[in-house]
Amino acid sequence: MSSLYPPILNGKAVYDLKDQKYLKIWQGPQHPGVTGNMSLELDVCGDQVIKCKTHVGYLHRGFEKLMERRRYINCFPIVCRICVPEPDTNEYLFAAAVEELLGIEIPERAKWLRTLNLELSRLASFLMWIGGQSGSFGSGTVAQWALAHRDYVLDLFEEWTGARIYHMYMTPGGVRGGLPEGWDAHAQKVLDGVYKLLDEIRHVQLNNAIFKMRAVGLGTITPDMIDKYGIVGPVARGSGLGRDIRKDQPYLIYDQLSFDTITESGGDTYARTVVRWREMYQSIDLIRQILKNMPRSGPLHISLPNVLHLKVPAGETYVRAESTRGEYGYYMVSDGSAFPRKITVRGPSYSHAMALLEDLAVGVNLADIHGLMLSLHTYPPEIER
Amino acid sequence: MIDTIEILKKQFEINDLYHQRSNLCFITGKKEQLLSILQALRDLHNYTHLVMVTAVDWIEQNQFQLTYLLHNYESRTDLGIRVFLDRECPVMASIHHLWKQGRVYQQELHEMFGIDFPGSPDQDIPMILEGWQGPPPMRRDFDTKKYSEETYSNRERNHHEPEQYMKQILYPEEN
Repeated sequence: MSSLYPPILNGKAVYDLKDQKYLKIWQGPQHPGVTGNMSLELDVCGDQVIKCKTHVGYLHRGFEKLMERRRYINCFPIVCRICVPEPDTNEYLFAAAVEELLGIEIPERAKWLRTLNLELSRLASFLMWIGGQSGSFGSGTVAQWALAHRDYVLDLFEEWTGARIYHMYMTPGGVRGGLPEGWDAHAQKVLDGVYKLLDEIRHVQLNNAIFKMRAVGLGTITPDMIDKYGIVGPVARGSGLGRDIRKDQPYLIYDQLSFDTITESGGDTYARTVVRWREMYQSIDLIRQILKNMPRSGPLHISLPNVLHLKVPAGETYVRAESTRGEYGYYMVSDGSAFPRKITVRGPSYSHAMALLEDLAVGVNLADIHGLMLSLHTYPPEIER
Repeated sequence: MIDTIEILKKQFEINDLYHQRSNLCFITGKKEQLLSILQALRDLHNYTHLVMVTAVDWIEQNQFQLTYLLHNYESRTDLGIRVFLDRECPVMASIHHLWKQGRVYQQELHEMFGIDFPGSPDQDIPMILEGWQGPPPMRRDFDTKKYSEETYSNRERNHHEPEQYMKQILYPEEN
């Protein structure tokens, strides 16, 4: 085993590239196994990875800088673009941070609608992820099924908000509109379809011998690594830590819904897959609870003064929410003007894909690297805002 | 959380206590004592989760504000520790040995704000802006529009009025 690794001279690994023992491979930035544009610089010996370095920078759009030059309401349409597959968490957190600094409370009905929106986008994001996770281990069938059902969820969003990906639904102060007529029946039909799909995924993927052989024991995260690397969300829950912000620090109306924190004890790729697969069931259950209990009438938005001249009192705050990858947060500093002084987006992929992945990848077979990366559920757009 | 801050106040020079919510507080610490404060919070007071490190540019006061946000999973509270650095030569002690993700935050702050964290691994390797020649772009005095006008050549473009243009293309005989 030790002979796999190159000799170390003066604290640096020395590769003899001429002896044909080592090879440098770039995986990405365009790679089907990466949800976005990110590349891994892999040093391999045979087919085993001995060093991994994450490179980002292919997607940098400078959102944090852009937001400093825009009024609060002008920031609203760009925040959702920070994370492509799950934009609604950004919308909610931006609105929540502005509302907290303004000291306003949104109507009850808007809270229910926001929660519904967040849960539906969680389902869409998980469906996209399970497609990638199965596809990365060679099972393209599940990927096709899951992405088709994600499209049905996006149809629901289109009917509800008018947009499929970037909904721009949660404006500061409330939401843009209520549910259209007949939407509930359409939603129930889509949820039934996804429920049936999840049952099938258990047979095709979770009980699949090949998937188990490759996923069990891949990228094991022990509980003592959790705080050292800042691991959050389903990755932490896959290692047995019951941490869920929806339960621990309930926001919106999560305290009025009944659900349990889902944990698995394996800590490997398989355990993380099972956690997310079970959370999709949970998400369907939560959406059904919301549709059953939500108020159907009442104000959707509180009246704000002219938003183009809106000045936010000086102060700073941090708000967080549970996204599909874990803790997502917005840190907002206001200096009392109409422009935000600084907004920092804390994406969970930041620590998962940069610090954690580089250490987990060592010793992994080259063919399993993208399966490992997807099991951490990394979304490069939120790393480099 | 208040008890923790009271204990910290006995050991360290801490001021500007700012209560944002019942579970979120901000305090300002001394730059030299920051590592000890973070270590005490992590090891003695259960603030084990480093949520993020970020910087705010207060160009009017000629200083950078660094915010270290810590989370306590037991009491479910957040504590933000602010330190102020001189904007002319911003140097700060590195926390990469306390939390593994610390170096990633520091690498980004070094690139975007030009704050130096001596000893932080890979600090000088460009993270996002490969081949960047200009000043650190997240500083307030960096003007993106001016920079792009100076750096990149202006492309000449033909602008067409869509309705007129399509009429010319589709029905040339009518014009």
